[in-house]
Amino acid sequence: MTTASLPARRLSLLTGLRNSLTLTWRSVLKIRTNSEDLLGLSLQPIMFLLLFTYVFGGAIEHGSVQQYLEYVLPGILVQTVLFATLGTGLMLNQDISAGIFDRFRSLPIARWAPLAGAIMGDVTRYVISVVVTLGFGMILGFRVHTSVVAAVAACLLVLAFALAMCWISALIGMLVKTPQGVQTFGFTAMFPIVFASGLLVPIQTMPGWLQGFAKANPMTLLAAACRGLMTGGPVGVYALESMAWALGIFAVFAPLAVRAYRRRT
Amino acid sequence: MTDAIRAEGLIKNFGSTKALAGADLVAPAGSVLGVLGPNGAGKTTAVRILTTLLVPDGGRAAVCGYDVVTHAHQVRQLIGLTGQYASVDDGLTGTNNLIMIGRLLGLSRAGARARAAELLGRFDLSDAAARPVKTYSGGMRRRIDLAASLVGKPEVLFLDEPTTGLDPQARSDVWDMIRILVSDGVTVLLTTQYLEEADQLADNIVVIDHGRVIATGAPDELKAKVGGQVLEVVPADLGRLRDAAAILAGWTGIEAAAGPGTRQLIVQVPSASVLPGIVRQLDESGIELAEFSLRKSSLDEVFLTLTGHRAEEEPAGEQAGAAPDKREIAVR
Repeated sequence: MTTASLPARRLSLLTGLRNSLTLTWRSVLKIRTNSEDLLGLSLQPIMFLLLFTYVFGGAIEHGSVQQYLEYVLPGILVQTVLFATLGTGLMLNQDISAGIFDRFRSLPIARWAPLAGAIMGDVTRYVISVVVTLGFGMILGFRVHTSVVAAVAACLLVLAFALAMCWISALIGMLVKTPQGVQTFGFTAMFPIVFASGLLVPIQTMPGWLQGFAKANPMTLLAAACRGLMTGGPVGVYALESMAWALGIFAVFAPLAVRAYRRRT
Repeated sequence: MTDAIRAEGLIKNFGSTKALAGADLVAPAGSVLGVLGPNGAGKTTAVRILTTLLVPDGGRAAVCGYDVVTHAHQVRQLIGLTGQYASVDDGLTGTNNLIMIGRLLGLSRAGARARAAELLGRFDLSDAAARPVKTYSGGMRRRIDLAASLVGKPEVLFLDEPTTGLDPQARSDVWDMIRILVSDGVTVLLTTQYLEEADQLADNIVVIDHGRVIATGAPDELKAKVGGQVLEVVPADLGRLRDAAAILAGWTGIEAAAGPGTRQLIVQVPSASVLPGIVRQLDESGIELAEFSLRKSSLDEVFLTLTGHRAEEEPAGEQAGAAPDKREIAVR
């Protein structure tokens, strides 16, 4: 048998990228064929928009339901994408438990490709969330007062933030044993981040200590930047601060998640 | 010529559990190596090391001459893996699963599609090709797993318990598929808990228990090594069972179980030369025979002799220790 001349040990970056794209294709295909996931992804923001606009809309002092909708829509946009990042950890965990990653690892492909492919594929899910939230908000009467460019910029800010947050989700997905565990941990961590913020209500009515937390909460900053970009108002500082947070989160959690991934697989 | 698989002194510990305690495995190119052992014997750990999924704590292993630790990437180009853990994607169709693997292996779009169609046809899955794998039956699932491991035309194929949990028909289908692969010249390492499976498919068998190799050889050699042949005796009058057992014990040194409810006496005989003597003495004692047969011992008996417990049994670890306690509690 002559097997002396097999390709070299190191894979080129290009091969790794091609592997990642194949696996991105897989993730997108899964979203398309998994109608339940797609339905959940769309129904969740619709439900939140309806509930918050019509249940809280009148009670929260904003004047009218219409005015509250303009306040809350950017918040729900942030919240929806934040919840959608949980799917990243969930799917990684499922893939590892089901042995799909073991199959990948027995193939001569770049070691990081399955992780990169999963995260690139999830961007599709985030985009779907953003489009559904914004689209349904407009049906309810939300209007962009600035410009299309500014509104698109707001969506890009939210997506960039999601790309940072998904590494926290990926880390949870690697550390927790079962998909159920990912959901429990993820939601428990996310509720205070979502509610103790300026996403859904103005923070002035919160007790002083909570206001401190809510003001520093990157969700508050991100939602404020989006509000500014969509309905007018200050943008710069909020946008910069929220992106600084995103960078920080990425810098801390991406290496941790990659390390956990190497250990787990 | 380099052996397709060669492992020496493999050691792997998980915490305080010794999964492998110095196992050697060798498979010449083109052969089928059966790794036989009960649950928890270390079979899967050995396969995971040989397929580069785990790094051993001690020992060395090579596939086609490439070290699985230092030359993992080359090894991955030569192997295919099918096991309950190395799985396909439930949510994708059979076709898309195979196309994905083909693309990962560097095939063109058209090439991957053609290879997928070819393999689906070969494994009788063409009708189910467009359905998600989660709708497949157990047997179809194993066949798509097997197909997935063949996309890259591997030289060495690892099959970790390929038929566990399948019904007899599906099992014999998978066996047929494996035989076809072997006739193509692929080297196969097959782990199994089923003695019949190893006997049917393997050229060589390695019996492992508690992370150690306790016997190796061709199926026939193994059977010969342990007691060689088995004599089954059934007296016409079951009342004479004890007398017959005593005579057999006199010739073979083995006390056959002859308690109430026993119908036949089974003893291992070192060679056929003792048979005339046994027959003569049974005749002289006036014991008429309903049955008197000599056969090669089955692998099940081989296993019992080698390990002291049956192959399908749980290992004599915590589980086996816990079971009697449970029964006691239930009785009270």
